[in-house]
Parts: sequence; structure tokens; C-alpha cells
Amino acid sequence: MAIERKFKIGKPILEVKNISLSFGGVKAITDTSFDVLEHEVRAIIGPNGAGKSSMLNCINGIYKPQQGTVSFKGKEIPNITPNLMAQMGLSRTFQNLALFKRMSVLDNILVGRKLHTKTNFLEVAFQLPKVKKEEKINRERSEEIISFLEIEDIKDTPVGKLPYGLQKKVELGRALATDSSVILLDEPMAGMNVEEKRDMCRFILKVNDELGTTMVLIEHDMGVVMDISDRVVVLDYGKVIGDGTPDEVRSNQKVIDAYLGVEH
Amino acid sequence: MKPVFMTYTKKDLINLAVCMVLSVLVIPTFITTEYWYTSILIPWLCLALATIGQQIVMGYTGQLALGAAGFMAAGAFAMFNLILRVPDLGFVGSLIVSGLIAAAFGILFGLPSLKVRGIYLMVATLASQFFIIWMIDKFGWFKNYDSSGIITAQDIVILGKPFTTPLAMYFVCLAVTTVLTLLAMNMARGSTGRNWMAVRDMDIAAESMGVSLLRTKVQAFAISAFYCGVAGALFAFCYLKSLEPVAFDIKLSFKILFMCILGGLGTINGAFIGAAFILLFPVLLNAIGNNVFHGAIDATIISSIEQVIFGGLMIIFMIYEPLGMAKLWENIKQKWKTKISSSTNLKSSLGKKT
Repeated sequence: MAIERKFKIGKPILEVKNISLSFGGVKAITDTSFDVLEHEVRAIIGPNGAGKSSMLNCINGIYKPQQGTVSFKGKEIPNITPNLMAQMGLSRTFQNLALFKRMSVLDNILVGRKLHTKTNFLEVAFQLPKVKKEEKINRERSEEIISFLEIEDIKDTPVGKLPYGLQKKVELGRALATDSSVILLDEPMAGMNVEEKRDMCRFILKVNDELGTTMVLIEHDMGVVMDISDRVVVLDYGKVIGDGTPDEVRSNQKVIDAYLGVEH
Repeated sequence: MKPVFMTYTKKDLINLAVCMVLSVLVIPTFITTEYWYTSILIPWLCLALATIGQQIVMGYTGQLALGAAGFMAAGAFAMFNLILRVPDLGFVGSLIVSGLIAAAFGILFGLPSLKVRGIYLMVATLASQFFIIWMIDKFGWFKNYDSSGIITAQDIVILGKPFTTPLAMYFVCLAVTTVLTLLAMNMARGSTGRNWMAVRDMDIAAESMGVSLLRTKVQAFAISAFYCGVAGALFAFCYLKSLEPVAFDIKLSFKILFMCILGGLGTINGAFIGAAFILLFPVLLNAIGNNVFHGAIDATIISSIEQVIFGGLMIIFMIYEPLGMAKLWENIKQKWKTKISSSTNLKSSLGKKT
């Protein structure tokens, strides 16, 4: 890239080693390894059913792989749970949207501030000064994120009433609110039109650029993936068939055959 | 709207002031018949408090629980024993401790929520209902080895002053309910409430944001049981004035559940609206029976009609307004607002033209 990055790509922050996951007899992921470097935008691509979402679910602790290990920030994590990973600084969005539907946009994003909320329920009940202070900080940060994502006008709307594209934005906002060092994005641009996609790409790159957040994303739109990611890992039938820069992947014959299709 | 004081907006404070003036000044001056206090206002406040407890676990945290009356019994009998055996605690102290004892039961019976959900959890929480009542019945110690089955509740004495008249008891209930309602609102609007609702709406996402399901669910059950316990103690001491396990049977649990649903899940004011509706509805029907039909309709028929209308209303609400009466009230207010604003707009635009 021509432009100098504020956050230089560094050492591996997330390493996935020999992960195998099966549901009953169905093998979703077989012996898969790859790593994610600090501050990079890493894409996971592959045809439908290649095990991309399962991979994210393994990293985040929703699924427990039968084999293999996940290391985060240089530490191997034996008993991964979503909660533990969140505490270590890994946040995510979901493929089929997992927003808190009856809560407003602002409240959704405020839930993302959970790990920066130290006061307990009694202190909240009596509204002690420190609760107010903390709430103020959290609200300010959430408002920042809301204006960053350009969704100020809908911040008090219940999320369930919003169109799909906006809900995806809110979900990104919620993940951002955690101030995590790594964010996993499960198809952040699925079902969006060209304009919304462009917006989303801009946000992802801006976050990566300004905050140095490492982004791991699953995406179907090849154009988008090749444009915004630093490195791409290609999965097919639960196996890695290609790993490298967009250019390397694009010229990889296996990837062309499996994913882009053999040219006729 | 920006909060002015604690979590309350200007509108909340006005509402609170109106409610306080109504309940502290207007009601005591204009209502002098004891019947209103002993049979309507006191049970309304007690049951509204229990319904807030049910709201916390069911409306906010989304855990289908059915055992509010069990926790109420725990609170009531804890209160009886505390006043009997630890008189130094005083009324308010005993009330808080009995709430805490109920909360301990809440934690115990909330644990299944970590493994089962929905209708299965409802069945699991029924255990609290039956276990607590059974325990009180089985061990005579809880009833101070009283053989009659019904124990008279001790008189309420706060700071050496007796509170025995219906009006005084009403004020005791009002004070406790007001304080606990305000605390519940603070929690519901603050980070605690957000965690509850996050667990309700999408637990897996909540966990990925660092919300601990275990802590949040158990906390909700504990707080809910605390509210039910305090409500149960007030219910026994101010309304029933006696203690018997039968008073806290499954029917009362269902009543509270209905109050919660009809009032509006996930709202605090819905607890009051729901409780008022369910308590006042039979009174209203009776009044109609007596005054319109001059007793031509048999009382048993009236109580049957009550059940029929009640069931019908439940179904209608579930279909047309699943968020209950609180939401209905909001909608009516909204409609009025738009009507008023559109009429003023019309006037001003007319004024401009002429």
C-alpha cells in the first residue's frame, strides 16, 4: 500500500492451529491452521458451507472444536468461552444479526460497553456518583461511535424496526463499543446494496486505520475482499486451500478452481 | 430526553410528583371508608411490588418463571419469625432481611435457568412454589408450632410507634413500594437493566459482549425474589394480617403472572396498571351487578362471568397488544399528542393565511 499506516502490521495476535470440528458425522472443519497479524484486515473466504462461520464460532468459543488450539495475544486458551474471549479483547458480529431487538440503537451499543462497566447492581440501584460518572463515559463513547457510523438520527429507535443494512451497522457499532483489539465480522456486507457496501468498507478501513483494530471478516463479495483485506485465507470443505495476499490468492490455481470457478 | 435527577427525566419527576400528591394527600383526604384501604389500595401496592419482581425476571430478563407466590411465602414467614425471634431488628430491618432470605431462595431456584429455558424453565421454577409451601407446612418451627394453621401476624411497630389503622398500614405499604419502585427503575434504566434485556433478546450475543449469563440470570432471580419476599411480608402483615401457607398457593403465582403480562412485559408502570386491573376488575363487575341489575344476577354467576371476561381479555391482549396495557397507554398518549399538535398546527397555519 502506498499510504503509510499509523498502525504497522505486527506479530501474530491470533493463531489457529490444527482445528478440527465436526457435528456428529459431518466434518465442518478439518485440520485448519492460519494466523492473524496485529492491525491487519484479514479475510476468510470460501464457497457456501466451507466452514467459515464455524471457524469464527470456534475462535470466539461458541463451538468447541474436537481438536486444535486457539492462541490469542500469545497465550494458548484451553477453555474458550465467548465471555472469556470478550474479556481478553475479542469482539464479533454475527451472520444472521444477533442484536437486542427490543432495545434502542444506543442501548445496544451501550451493552457493548459492558466490560468497561465495573459498578454492580446495588450501586446502580442507588445511583451512586461513580455509577453516574461511568455511565457518562460510556454514553459519550457510544455517542462517538454512533456519529462515527453516521446513525445519529436513529439512535433511539428500537433495533428490530430498522432495515437490514442499518442493523448491520449497529452490530458493527456494538462490537466497536467494546474497544476490542480484534473484531470478527461474520459477513458484514451480506444483503447490502452497492452503496451500503461501500459505506461499510469505508467504516471497516477507517476503524482499522484510526484505532488499529485487527479485523477478521468473512465476505462473499470478491471485489470487496480483494480491495480491503491485507491477507486472505481461502477455505473449501473445511480445509485451507489458499493463504496470502489478495494477489497471491487470486493467482492460486486451487482457489480459482474451487471458488472462482474454472473458466470456460 | 436528558435525565435531570438520577435516571429520571423531567417528565418522570412530574409523574412522580403527581403520583405522590395523589397517594399522600388526595387519597387520604377523600377516601375515608376503610374498605378501600384494606381491600383495594393495600393489596394493590403489595401485589404491584410482587409484579415488579416478576417483571424483573420475566419482562426484563426473559426467563419464564412461575413461583412468585412461593417467594412471597418465604418473605412472609421469614418476617414472622424475625419479628418473633429477633425483635431487635425492628420492622424495617426485618423486612429487608426477609427480602434477603427470599432472595436466597431465588438464587437456589434460579439455577435451573442456566440449563433450561422457556416453558421447561417455567415447570422447573414451579418447584419453588411447592417446595417453599411444603417446607413451611412440614416444619412446625416456621409457624412457631401453632396448631390452628392460621397465625395472626404481629402488629407493625416502627420506631416505637404502632401502625395498626388501615390508613397507617397504607402509608407503610406506600413508602416501601415507592422506594423499591424507584430502585427498580434505576436498575432497569441503568447498566444492570441493559444486561438483563440483552440476555432476554439475544443471549449468545450478550455473552460475546462479556455479559455473564450465569451472573445476570442469577442476579435477576435474586432481585426478583427479594421484591416478591418484601411484597409477601407486606401482603401478610398489612393485608391478610395473618399467615397461612394456603394464602400463597399457585393461584396467586398465576395472578401475578397475569398482572405482569396484562400490564406489559418489561415495564415498571405496567406492574401497577396490571395489578390495578386484576384487583379492580372483580370489584367493578360486582358493582355493576349490584347497582345496574340490583342483585338480579347471582354472585356466583358474576364470579363466573369474571373468569370468562378475564380469559377473553387475555387472548385479545396477546393477539393485539402483546406488550400489554402500559403500551396501550403509551399509544393513547401518543395519539393525543399528535392530535393536539396537528390541531395547533392547523390553527397556526389558518392564522397565517388570514
